[in-house]
Amino acid sequence: MLDNIKEFASEFFVTGDPLIYGADASIVLATLGIVFVLTYFKKWGWLWRNWITTVDHKKIGIMYILAAILMLFRGGVDAVMMRTQLAFPDLNFLEPEHYNQIFTTHGVVMIFFMAMPLMFGLFNIVVPLQIGARDVAFPYLNSLSFWLFFAGAMLFNLSFVIGGSPDAGWLAYPPLSGSQFNPGVGMNFYIWGIQISGIGSLASGINFIVTILKMRAPGMTMMKMPMFTWSVFAASTTIIFAFPILTITLLLLFMDRFFGAHFFTLDGGGNPMMYINLIWMWGHPEVYIVVLPAFGVFSETVATFARKRLFGYASMVFAMVIISIISFFTWAHHFFTMGSGANVNAFFAVTTMIIAIPTGVKIFNWLFTMYKGRITFPTPMMWTIAFIPAFVVGGMTGVMLSVAPADFQFHNSYFLIAHFHQVLIGGVVFGYFAGLYYWWPKMFGFKLNEYLGKWAFWFWNIGFYVCFMPQYLVGLDGMTRRISVFSDPNWTGLNVVSTIGAYLMGIAFLFQVAQIGYSIFRHEKDTTGDIWDARTLEFSIPSPAPEYNFAVIPQVHSRDEWWEEKERRRRGEKPWQLGPIEPIHMPKNSAIPAIMAACWFVLGFGLVFHWLWMAIPGLIGVFICLYARSFSAHKAEYYIPVEEIERTEATLRGGAV
Amino acid sequence: MAQSPAHGTDHHDHHHAAGHHDPQDIKLLGFWIFLVTDVILFATLFATFIVLRGGTDGFETGAELFNMTGVIAETFLLLTSSFTSGLAVLAMHQNKVKPMITWLVVTGLLGAGFLALELIEFVELVHEGATLQTSAYWSSFFTLVGTHGVHVTIGIGWMISIIIQILRRGLNSDTKGKVTVFSLYWHFLDAVWIFLLSIVYLMEVM
Repeated sequence: MLDNIKEFASEFFVTGDPLIYGADASIVLATLGIVFVLTYFKKWGWLWRNWITTVDHKKIGIMYILAAILMLFRGGVDAVMMRTQLAFPDLNFLEPEHYNQIFTTHGVVMIFFMAMPLMFGLFNIVVPLQIGARDVAFPYLNSLSFWLFFAGAMLFNLSFVIGGSPDAGWLAYPPLSGSQFNPGVGMNFYIWGIQISGIGSLASGINFIVTILKMRAPGMTMMKMPMFTWSVFAASTTIIFAFPILTITLLLLFMDRFFGAHFFTLDGGGNPMMYINLIWMWGHPEVYIVVLPAFGVFSETVATFARKRLFGYASMVFAMVIISIISFFTWAHHFFTMGSGANVNAFFAVTTMIIAIPTGVKIFNWLFTMYKGRITFPTPMMWTIAFIPAFVVGGMTGVMLSVAPADFQFHNSYFLIAHFHQVLIGGVVFGYFAGLYYWWPKMFGFKLNEYLGKWAFWFWNIGFYVCFMPQYLVGLDGMTRRISVFSDPNWTGLNVVSTIGAYLMGIAFLFQVAQIGYSIFRHEKDTTGDIWDARTLEFSIPSPAPEYNFAVIPQVHSRDEWWEEKERRRRGEKPWQLGPIEPIHMPKNSAIPAIMAACWFVLGFGLVFHWLWMAIPGLIGVFICLYARSFSAHKAEYYIPVEEIERTEATLRGGAV
Repeated sequence: MAQSPAHGTDHHDHHHAAGHHDPQDIKLLGFWIFLVTDVILFATLFATFIVLRGGTDGFETGAELFNMTGVIAETFLLLTSSFTSGLAVLAMHQNKVKPMITWLVVTGLLGAGFLALELIEFVELVHEGATLQTSAYWSSFFTLVGTHGVHVTIGIGWMISIIIQILRRGLNSDTKGKVTVFSLYWHFLDAVWIFLLSIVYLMEVM
């Protein structure tokens, strides 16, 4: 009996690596610490009522962002470990198998569990406030989306200590990811971690499209929407067309691995190339999904801090819509070397070059917005300005890669690695940081410390160029991606420099953690709700926003409605005529989303280990939750009475509306 | 979209100038967009089937193994059920609860008949050696047709829950919205079946 348990445990838990034992210990300690703190301060009820069961878009947004920052830490540690291994020739810091797992989880964590939740976090916090709505269209579904993401992320991260991590690269190409070459459970964690969180992403895409189409304040036509909301609309539309492809691709890979089907196998008539096509039909739109909202953030910050209206609004909208359409027609540029023939490659080379044009239009629009503006340089604006050169260089190397014949040389080299990190860090990460700093006072009611923020900014930026510029060169010298060790002494210098850059970015992250920690205790309070003297509706209400957002929904007349309103007040003209306060219709909290996500987790975990006794109850649980919601949805609403709204508003605004 | 005009009596009567969003309207749009994602889902499976059609690995294909009588019977059952679900919605708009529930039950029974025939078809195929593991052709066949079948199964379960809710709470704007959305879903499955019939079955045997 004891031997059986021992044998099971040695296969169930990942053993033999001191790094993993360290992680085991820290996970147990952190969990015990959290349980102790919650119990000691009697915070379980608070956690349950205010966070786990909440359907408030602002709180869901905060939870997304917290999770994303944790995942940024995890993915960042992976990156630093890889760069440590590659600092010098012939190092033995990581075993090749371990290295494979780490580059796989680094990619997966950074895209699915860092970039996506940070993006949804910003969607949640900003969109309803920006369009003058009380919540998203489907608050319950919104909570479900978050908890599905969370369940998926936890399932994926569990592979680190239980069963073993996936190791077939972030997109898990078969046949390497098939059961023949990858019989362990790592790939199952990959499939179900991403599948579960992907369903959540799909639901969020639907939710935000409907929110934007149906919940805008009266008078806000589509062409009067703030640019960030437009970017969310473009990204959400891309999500609903791209994510079902991912769902099916992962399902087919699961069928291959679980039922022994022959979609992507080398025998039985299967076709591994089809997987690569399918995954990039989702994967290429995906990179535009994450970068479009960053473009939206820059459009807001650049107008606010240049104190001018955004240059070329219509062309910005047009560019974003065009990008989201063309993003579906470039996927094959990820595998020009597959042998699809000259005509196919030429088509995808040309579409890839074309998609650079609307992006260029946007860059010029931001520059022209700044032209002759009275620019101030708080941290959100610094990230915005740093983005422009980073993204232009990254975009140019992207156009180099799009030249199909040349790509045969660049393919899978460090040149490519440097390119996509430059657009993903320089574009997406810089953009989300700008957004995070810009809307932080709206979320929490205080501003983050600018001094520490500037240190973080410079460490990030210098580290970024020090890390990735050498990678272009070492890539041109022939260093390929995903090698766990190199022996060529000619590559040493560039690799050492690159590793130093990675550590600088690691230090930058620590500065950000310190910045947040310090600012919680000593900060400048956002008393007006409009700390940046900004232009859009979310800054017309107090910070943090009350649960119903707008006591009275304003009538919108122009694009920068809040700015125009302030101008009217400055000129002494008649301000907004807000109607009387009326009872507000609100959704009730619900425990079902968190419970349903837990059932999904059980289902996923069972399928990972082929334990049907666990998976089937999980599936039944999911259906019970669906039924429970269907039967109780009509009771899940309530009204906030006028007196309570008036009391809240009086406290928040210090008596003056 | 043939949407029912607002019935003053059973609508949420408390929207004001500011809270002007009609919840049923919002749900309906959300469901249409969900259907878009389901279209993409099936499109991906159809593409997979078409790409892997040649991946027979030397084993027989549907041209040899399909029992078209059963498939035609399935088609008639599902198409008729789509018609009866339309009749249910018609009865709903006339606020006739009993005929509406009757038509929904008929729809569900026809759907169950469809599923039974599909199951028999699958069992026959497996007996002739065509399984998920046989070849890429059969892997993609079972996955595509099976995904449609799972959709029908979920639809029947969903419809049962709606019938129970109407029996408990009667017809109001909320339960009417549920029936409307369900019938959209059911018609959608019907449309997918037409493509399945043409691409998977007819193009194979003709």
